[in-house]
Amino acid sequence: MSREITITIDDKKIRTVEGKILLWVALANDIYIPHLCAIEGKDLPEASCRLCFVEIEGKNKPVTSCTQPVYDGMVVRTRTAKVDRLVKTAFELLLSDHRLGCASCPKNRNCELQRIAKERKLKLRHTRFKYLGRETAVDDSPDSFSFDPSRCVLCGQCIWADHEKAKVGAIGFARRGLGRTVATFNYESLKDSPCTECGLCVEACPVGALSFKKNT
Amino acid sequence: MTAAALLEHYSKLKEEALKKKEQEQKQPLIMVGTASCGIAAGALEVKEAFLKEIKKHKLQASVQEVGCMGYCYAEPIAIISKPGFPPLCYGNVDEGLVKLLVQSFLIEDDPCYEYALVALEPNDIFPTFSDFPRGVYEHKIIMEHCGFIDPEEIDHYLVHDGYAALAKVLSQKPEEIIEIIKSAKLRGRGGAGFPAGIKWEACRKAAGEEKYVICNADEGDPGAFMDRSILESNPHQVIEGLAICAYAVGASQGYFYIRAEYPLAVKRVQKALQQAREKGFLGKNIMGSGFNLEIEIFQGSGAFVCGESSALVSSMEGKMGLPRHRPPRLTSSGYRGKPTVINNVKTFSYVPAIIRKGADWFKSIGTEDSPGTAVFTLVGKVKNKGLVEVPMGTTLRQLIFDVGEGPPDDKQFKAVQIGGPSGGCLPESALDIPIDFDSLKEAGAIMGSGGLVVLDEDDCMVAIARYFLEFTQQESCGKCTFCRLGTKHILDILTDITRGEGTMESLQILQELAEDVKDGSLCNLGKTAPNPVLTTLKYFKDEYLAHIMEKRCPALMCKEITLYYILPEKCTKLCNVCVGSCPTEAIFTREDGIKVIDQGKCVKCDNCRKTCPPEHDAVVKLSPAILPEEGGEKK
Repeated sequence: MSREITITIDDKKIRTVEGKILLWVALANDIYIPHLCAIEGKDLPEASCRLCFVEIEGKNKPVTSCTQPVYDGMVVRTRTAKVDRLVKTAFELLLSDHRLGCASCPKNRNCELQRIAKERKLKLRHTRFKYLGRETAVDDSPDSFSFDPSRCVLCGQCIWADHEKAKVGAIGFARRGLGRTVATFNYESLKDSPCTECGLCVEACPVGALSFKKNT
Repeated sequence: MTAAALLEHYSKLKEEALKKKEQEQKQPLIMVGTASCGIAAGALEVKEAFLKEIKKHKLQASVQEVGCMGYCYAEPIAIISKPGFPPLCYGNVDEGLVKLLVQSFLIEDDPCYEYALVALEPNDIFPTFSDFPRGVYEHKIIMEHCGFIDPEEIDHYLVHDGYAALAKVLSQKPEEIIEIIKSAKLRGRGGAGFPAGIKWEACRKAAGEEKYVICNADEGDPGAFMDRSILESNPHQVIEGLAICAYAVGASQGYFYIRAEYPLAVKRVQKALQQAREKGFLGKNIMGSGFNLEIEIFQGSGAFVCGESSALVSSMEGKMGLPRHRPPRLTSSGYRGKPTVINNVKTFSYVPAIIRKGADWFKSIGTEDSPGTAVFTLVGKVKNKGLVEVPMGTTLRQLIFDVGEGPPDDKQFKAVQIGGPSGGCLPESALDIPIDFDSLKEAGAIMGSGGLVVLDEDDCMVAIARYFLEFTQQESCGKCTFCRLGTKHILDILTDITRGEGTMESLQILQELAEDVKDGSLCNLGKTAPNPVLTTLKYFKDEYLAHIMEKRCPALMCKEITLYYILPEKCTKLCNVCVGSCPTEAIFTREDGIKVIDQGKCVKCDNCRKTCPPEHDAVVKLSPAILPEEGGEKK
């Protein structure tokens, strides 16, 4: 698996090692591909945010780069009509369930959604799909941070940080379908959960769902 | 172990079964179909009635429970075999008919032909299945014994060469078995049609000693009940198929993943597993061959997505039933990370017959690329509802109009919804498509697991698409963006259209979004969820446009843009039936005696239209929901 190979991404020749995951190879070579749920080092990729589509020569449909191992001679395009269309729709879908209002969001200017919008020239407002505006409650029980599910994109970064880095296990995914949410066991407040307020989940959150409280 | 020794071992068991059967046939035998469908129609009461009558008249006759033969519209069904007569099948049996049959047939030798549906054996007096159009088109392989044997009696299966295929393969090399299945081109009947032999081979070749075989019985499509019926009617056939697969891939542990909503299927498989163990077809050193296999039942909790194999495995492992990206394929990393074969109930059911009769026999049925038969639940607006098994390549027209005899009440056929929520709606013009995996996919539908719903002129295609999207939206696991949010927005747009609130812009968004959800979703639930929308948009766009442009539902089905109206010129003034039938007291009598509906109170329950005497037929539905001008009527 450690064979040196050459792949081409957007006409740029890249030396890399066979079997690596395409998304990380691209990012390491300063080629941006939108992504939210991908976690380097995770055995089975989530592949749930559906933003990291690329086209690979020889395949008739776009594929998610977070699930795609590289092979010698691979030719990748990160911007094609098909890719742009899927990314745009996925992005707009995520926004339709995301409470906007960037100006008052603690992650303003440091938000992955804003970055994707900028890189791909997408609008940061509700366009084709109306805002679902589901009712959710903010959990600001911890001393140092708060959790606002209305801004959560369900990427799972916080859960990975909680389980694999902090090794606490205070949060996980719960419920199904549209109700899918990040929650503590039995939906108790974070304060009443095993959460140690280590802050790793907050650092991992790419959007404004988990944010540190001011003056801490 | 040698083939001869295995055969000898098996022959002894079969001989015992045959002797038992012979004994049974010496006296009249009554078989009552008690699969879930029969029980729902009252089969258990029918069985009790037979027992009571037999006891009352002190007759020598036995009553047996059998499974479902697929003639749902005639349930409860009873078959009476009396020496000297062809076995006769009676439909819509009730207590009265039981009394009559016991008195006239069992006691007095008059078979009451006027109540019989069909005879099961050729004879000079009464027609058999092959004398009916349905019998001409049907070709039963996996349903051959369903409804004619007691599913809780292993000897009944043995009489029909049950477990002969297992005895045969145990003396062969596993690779030879895989070669037979590959050469038979058996394709997975769960929906996608992946070649079973290739799947088995991949699992066989995968590294590791520990392997698993799982039967996917998580049937969840609305309107589909093939797998349930087969498990309830002939569970041993599925067990034998699964055991052969386990031997071929090198697994010593198998599972049935049955949804908990199928309690009778669970019970009958449980009992069948027990009997198979007692006879030595399961357990350690099966038939002295040295092959070990245990099979257990895992009960699913009814999440539709758990029919997707990676979600199924995840739920068996005690995790949330969420699908994952593939590869790695389950044949290399499945249950507990070990190589796993997951096949549908029907796929396993074909295996014993293929082993006994050979790959060439199987390939002689059906089409070149989709050999064998297809099992469908033929439901909806069709006269002969039921479970049918026809050779692949039969056209939809033959299935719906010859086997099913078309829509009842002289209604006009409109569409056929095939493949459940993942499938599509095909119009009249597509009816000559042969039923096989590839042709259906090309038309925009899928074979699916075999649900087939016939729709007529009274069905609104937008509402039908909405119905299926409501199902998939609720059943989405929520993991990936396209399925979680995409299906929600598709549903919202469809709901708007059925309410007359759709716009041309939203129709455009609907089309784009449906295409993107199909291309962008993580698993097959999401990838196929837009099919009902895409096919109705393709074949029935005019109905969408009528809803949007004219706020008119052509089928008069969408309540929000339909109203009820009593035609003054038809109302008799002399009856009050509609007034009495209205649950909200919305109908009142005008000064001139004519009944009028208060639109503000009407809940569109359809009671008045149903109860208005047919000679008047004065209540009509109107769409768009605009009351006609009533200038002239107020005389």
